[in-house]
Amino acid sequence: MVQQSADVRPALLETRGLTKVFGKLTACDGIDLTIRRGEIHALLGENGAGKSTLVKMLFGSLEPNAGEILWDGRPSRIPSPGEARKLGIGMVFQHFSLFEALTAAENIALSLAEKVPVSTIAERARALSEAYGLPVDPSMMVGDLSVGERQRIEIIRCLLQEPQLIILDEPTSVLTPQEADRLFETLERLRAEGKSILYISHRLDEVKRLCDAATVLRHGKVVAHCNPRDETAASLARMMVGNAVQAVTRTPVAAGAKAEALLEIRDLSRPPATPFSIPLRDVDLTVHAGEIVGIAGVAGNGQSELFEAVSGEALQRDASTIRIRGRDAGRLSISGRRLLGAAFVPEERLGHGAAPGMRLSENLLLSRHRTDRRAFFSRLGVVFSGAVRKASQRIATDMDVRKSATDPEAAALSGGNLQKFIIGRELDRQPSVIVVNQPTWGVDAGAAARIRQALVELARAGSAVLVISQDLDELFEIADFIAVMHDGRLSKPMPTAEATSEAIGLLMGGAEPGHAAHEAAA
Amino acid sequence: MLIAESILLTIATAATPLLLAAIGELVVERSGVLNLGVEGMMVMGAVCGFAAAALTGSPWIGMLAAILAGVLFSLLFGFLTLTIATNQVATGLSLTLLGLGLSSMIGEAFVGSPGVKLPTLANGIAEIPLVGQPVAGLLDLLAGIPLIGRVLFAQDPIFYISIALVIGVTWFLFHTRAGLVLRSVGDNHASAHALGTNVIGIRYLAVMFGGACAGLAGGHLSLVYTPQWVENMTAGRGWIALALVVFASWRPLRLLAGAYLFGAVSIGQLHAQALGLGIPSQLLSSLPYLATVLVLVLISRNRRLTMMNTPASLGQPFVPDR
Repeated sequence: MVQQSADVRPALLETRGLTKVFGKLTACDGIDLTIRRGEIHALLGENGAGKSTLVKMLFGSLEPNAGEILWDGRPSRIPSPGEARKLGIGMVFQHFSLFEALTAAENIALSLAEKVPVSTIAERARALSEAYGLPVDPSMMVGDLSVGERQRIEIIRCLLQEPQLIILDEPTSVLTPQEADRLFETLERLRAEGKSILYISHRLDEVKRLCDAATVLRHGKVVAHCNPRDETAASLARMMVGNAVQAVTRTPVAAGAKAEALLEIRDLSRPPATPFSIPLRDVDLTVHAGEIVGIAGVAGNGQSELFEAVSGEALQRDASTIRIRGRDAGRLSISGRRLLGAAFVPEERLGHGAAPGMRLSENLLLSRHRTDRRAFFSRLGVVFSGAVRKASQRIATDMDVRKSATDPEAAALSGGNLQKFIIGRELDRQPSVIVVNQPTWGVDAGAAARIRQALVELARAGSAVLVISQDLDELFEIADFIAVMHDGRLSKPMPTAEATSEAIGLLMGGAEPGHAAHEAAA
Repeated sequence: MLIAESILLTIATAATPLLLAAIGELVVERSGVLNLGVEGMMVMGAVCGFAAAALTGSPWIGMLAAILAGVLFSLLFGFLTLTIATNQVATGLSLTLLGLGLSSMIGEAFVGSPGVKLPTLANGIAEIPLVGQPVAGLLDLLAGIPLIGRVLFAQDPIFYISIALVIGVTWFLFHTRAGLVLRSVGDNHASAHALGTNVIGIRYLAVMFGGACAGLAGGHLSLVYTPQWVENMTAGRGWIALALVVFASWRPLRLLAGAYLFGAVSIGQLHAQALGLGIPSQLLSSLPYLATVLVLVLISRNRRLTMMNTPASLGQPFVPDR
């Protein structure tokens, strides 16, 4: 009853029929959303469901084409982020909006409307960071900070503006499980203070644990309002995807007799190539035929540097530090390593994995012009465009790539479909070694399941698969062994059956490998 | 007058236009815009300044005209690269070509006509009623100090402006909120936009400041350095100013050192030619440019230094998604 009388006040934020159209695509279609005071409200949906567009409209970065926003019961226009902040809306971005060449305090100063000297802000930030358990040194250059620390700066920056509503966009995607727990404590404290939080995530167990209400989006429309505590993870997933996601099937490799080692990394060290990159320190890893080895770790701990070294984007001084199918490959170019039977899929799809402005068939040719020279070129170097197109069509069919034209430009595909094509392009060669960096980052659940299944099948056919991923659930699903990368060091791989997410989480946070291995064994 | 003193004076005069153009470009680049049109804005400043001074007889009006010409020319660049987001490199290059051509056309009538020289600081102040005479007298007295007296106290006003600008820009960039905002726009324009900063507006202001400085540098050439109009009289100084910004790794005080080092090399080679060392004069005249290349090569070797200071969004057009 007391609760009811408190609810006489209008909801903190309400949207009615909010719509945003980009050209032919309706990114948000008549969104109704109600966020009450002192509530953690989850916004669920797959990639491309319209979550980011909706949030951008609430934070004033985008203007809606139709519909209205009620703030505290009053219709409000939010034309700019500055206006949103004035109303009392704060935002912590998924892709951090920090300035790397400035200090933490300068970064915070930039987001505050009042003209306070940077030194005063540093003091206030320090006080606030202690009060909420978010340790950060305000005088550090942001470029030198870890991802978790950067997120803390974002949160402190947001809290200094004393917002009523805090929007968090996929906050745990860059955190270790332990860091995520600390974040949840902070969020619960904020809720107890009566602040509202709009929590965007696709991690359903988090949402079930933390949130009081949820709004589920699919293809730009609201498909459900619900209380996540009354739902199961499976029922939430069904609402998001529209049908049940197929589970990946995998038969574990037989332990005991080891198959041939196809990819060996021996004492690999690399000095940092840029001021913002991580040195590699004595990385040791072997991937045998038929195995999937996963490398876990918080982003920015040397994974990209390792990928560059293994793929041949950066050459090693000592050729024997990387061996592919028993041959020293550390001094070989990317094509040289591909000719040995290796294949590589980098993290960034557009601009690294594929040339955005070129057609799929051209992208296929770009990566396989050396390995499939006979099939794609005449003896004088003229392209057999028919053969290339046919191969690219075959890959698209095999991987269920959904596209609007027969041979569209890479940039015209959605992230998930392009990733399916890029992985399919490598799998089509039946490589004996494949190294994939973040295979399903930002890919919707259906496409992710397809990609994982394809990697599992490749390993079953006798290839060595190395998967670098930030998604622990993914590694637990497909990998036979999991190693953890932290600060340029790689832990000893442990069998997935014996690994726990606590043990992995401790390693991701920088615990001594020996210590964690002991715990895992116990 | 001692020979050393006169050498110092000529070095200061040679360095001033470089320093002016470079300090303007430094601010432009700190905001994330690469304006390769410095040479074009400079030469427009030179011709417009000379023309205005010749027509009105006042070198002061000439200086104002030079600044105005630089600003107007930079606004053209700003409209193209900021408002309609054209490629900054191509636009800057065409701005230089346009400036060189346009200035020859405007300046045709003024080739060979007598110039009006800007008075030195003391002579300028003396014209102010009441306080002017005693202050000028004091300055004349101070100029009598051996070796450095004339360098510090008997120069043209633009020299003092250039030094004040370096100090002012240092203070602005690193000690004011507006400077912080400008640096943030240069570091990551998407984030700055997300914070509600008016990226395009700030870049317009920076580009205009760069234009004003380049125009002033041009005016210095045609009204102080050599008070006359000669076609293409900037002679590549705009390009050297651009190189100096990289040399200084986007720090104003290092820019001061760079400009004077460069001034010293260009004056040094003149004296070396006069001494008749038997080195071909063409080789000596190319020394300043060789020095630029050498310094740039040495700077680029230290990647950490360059990367920490380079504005990360330099040269990238910004188009807000709306």
